[in-house]
Amino acid sequence: MNYQPSDYLPIIVQLGAALAFIVLTMVATHWLGPKRHSSKKDDVFECGIESIGDARTPISVKYFLVAILFVLFDVEIVFMYPWAVNFKELAWDGFVEMVVFMSFLLLGFIYVIKKGVLKWEK
Amino acid sequence: MNFWYFLTALTLLSALMVVFAKNPIHSVLYLVFTFFCISGHYVLLNAQFLMAVNIIVYAGAIMVLFLFVIMMLDLRKNVPESKSNLTKLAGAVLGGTLLVVFIAATRHMNLGNGSGAIGAQTGMVESLGMILYKDYLLPFELVSVLFFVAMVGAVMLGKREAGERNF
Repeated sequence: MNYQPSDYLPIIVQLGAALAFIVLTMVATHWLGPKRHSSKKDDVFECGIESIGDARTPISVKYFLVAILFVLFDVEIVFMYPWAVNFKELAWDGFVEMVVFMSFLLLGFIYVIKKGVLKWEK
Repeated sequence: MNFWYFLTALTLLSALMVVFAKNPIHSVLYLVFTFFCISGHYVLLNAQFLMAVNIIVYAGAIMVLFLFVIMMLDLRKNVPESKSNLTKLAGAVLGGTLLVVFIAATRHMNLGNGSGAIGAQTGMVESLGMILYKDYLLPFELVSVLFFVAMVGAVMLGKREAGERNF
């Protein structure tokens, strides 16, 4: 296990391939697709109800709350990677440490569920 | 070394574009690109774990928060209002002071000669995990308390009780 920065060259190649695919697809669809512009064609919903106002309205704080909880659990997962890699070396001590860590987060999760934050409609 | 110069130029350019972009959504996208460039720097420093965490947490999660904040602002009202001259002067003085402090701090910085105890494999996940779960056990467990407090705080501030005005 003696990594050097040059070992990450495949990742850069993969990243470049992914980006190139997106750019190529977007350029190709704009270039190949037929274009017909009129006030009816450029409507937001061509065959739907008439649209009122625009999309720039403030959204509910509920979305933000869900996003904050997502960030918290995301960071929690980050702490599990170094633990999982060293699982055998850390043995039972590491396991107990992680159980204590997780139990606090589980308490928070139970609190969030009990408060009904993730429930969308009542 | 040449790749480092290229990456640094790209990072600085995208960071400048964050400030200069007129559309806030474009600013956020440039910020995501800046984070990816910084992850590239972590790879050059052989810190693979920081690279992965930077992409997962910053480019992934924190940027979602930024987008939600932008969506919660009422952007129609945000026509570019011209700042008064006093505000501009105060901004220039503050920015200049910060620059002077930075320059003064870096002038007295001791970078060492690069032959310290830090080996090339220090940033790997294996060595980081052994340090985190053996030497820094208490801070690690305190982080879970911090998460708990953050969760409760967010719910207390953001939760609308029944009967309150709700969108």
